[in-house]
Amino acid sequence: MSLEHVDSARPDQRPYGRRAFLGLLAGGLSSFFWAPAASNVLSPLTSAFSQLVGNVFPVGGWRIYTISGSMPLFDEKSWRLDISGLVRRPASLTYRDVLALPRAEQVSTFHCVTGWTVKDVRWAGVRFRDLLRLVDPLPQAKAIEFVSAEHPYTDSLTLQQALLPDVMLAVEMDRAPLSRPHGAPARVVIPEMYGYKGVKWLESMRLVDEQPTGYWENLGYDQNAWVGRSNGA
Amino acid sequence: MNEVERLPRFTRTERAVHWVHATAFVILLASGLCLYLPSLAEAVGRRPLLKNIHIYTALAWAVALVLVVVAGDRRALRATAREIDVFDADDRAWLRGRRPAPQGRLNAGQKLNAVITAAFAVLFAVTGVLLWYGERDTRFRFAQTILIHDWLMYVAFFLFVGHLYLALIHPKTRHALNGMTRGWVDRGWAVEHHRKWVDALDARRES
Repeated sequence: MSLEHVDSARPDQRPYGRRAFLGLLAGGLSSFFWAPAASNVLSPLTSAFSQLVGNVFPVGGWRIYTISGSMPLFDEKSWRLDISGLVRRPASLTYRDVLALPRAEQVSTFHCVTGWTVKDVRWAGVRFRDLLRLVDPLPQAKAIEFVSAEHPYTDSLTLQQALLPDVMLAVEMDRAPLSRPHGAPARVVIPEMYGYKGVKWLESMRLVDEQPTGYWENLGYDQNAWVGRSNGA
Repeated sequence: MNEVERLPRFTRTERAVHWVHATAFVILLASGLCLYLPSLAEAVGRRPLLKNIHIYTALAWAVALVLVVVAGDRRALRATAREIDVFDADDRAWLRGRRPAPQGRLNAGQKLNAVITAAFAVLFAVTGVLLWYGERDTRFRFAQTILIHDWLMYVAFFLFVGHLYLALIHPKTRHALNGMTRGWVDRGWAVEHHRKWVDALDARRES
């Protein structure tokens, strides 16, 4: 578009429209560089705001990703956590059985591979060491496949990863039982990896000798989803 | 000159561009919020379906815009773009809240809204394509993309609410909706809100 339409007999006419358009584009595209800084400045504001409006807005920065038609519903009576595969004593735990295991607590940061982060999440649950002790894995067991009630979502961790000190099967988040969007009643938490490794709505664990590819890994995401060291980061 | 004379304000092509944007925006906003807000995500579920609706609506929006430009009155669109570009002394006074500031066919606020909408359309499209494509190719995955897409949504949402208020509720301005649905507005209303436009039409008619 040329400037011919700005009437030379009308010196008060200015091409402000295109300047505003280009300015907005430049501001928007340059935000790829300054958005993280701005978000840090704004985050106390936005988190106060989200606490104010409760569950209407993404609380404290959480987004809920699902892959199926609806989120699984937790029924305490019928829910079981099956642990099978390369173990000497397969188990089928009720919710009470899980709660009866030694309780572990931690505060850790949650990183999603799509770029958002939630700091200081307070988790409570059980360590995999205590879960595995119940079933007594065979020596050839090398990994755990986690199966979600949200089919066909699965993912896995090596035994070594599952036994890291801050990895757990969480049943509480921020001092309340895990809510439905967060994977009630139990989800995997591994803070050093991106969130897709933390299978929600867990219904079974299978010990295997070779790590299978999970839902997102079949779509090209990394098996070892270390935060900051995987998925092109 | 009688009071209920109708003045043609928006061409078919202009209206087509407006309604393509409006329809796509509403569907994208609704499906986007169902993907974004935990409460809605829990109530509605069906994330894969909503994701498809969101992505294919965006695609349809882009295709429809191209079709309007190809099949529509491109001269009229160019003229409109020029009109939106130019802010004269009265427009600047209008933006500063000074009155009287006689306005053309589009007042300064409408021009600004059009400019912001166009820039946001581009930014939404760029970040949207990156989100979509970044899901399969890590080279296109940036941590900030989703943040920027969200911020655009917040700003666009409030602009949209303001736009709806002026077009549907505010008694002084809502007659403008007629221009965007049927194409014409009453002369009496236009004289009050877009004086310079009416004068220019009259001058053209006389010459």
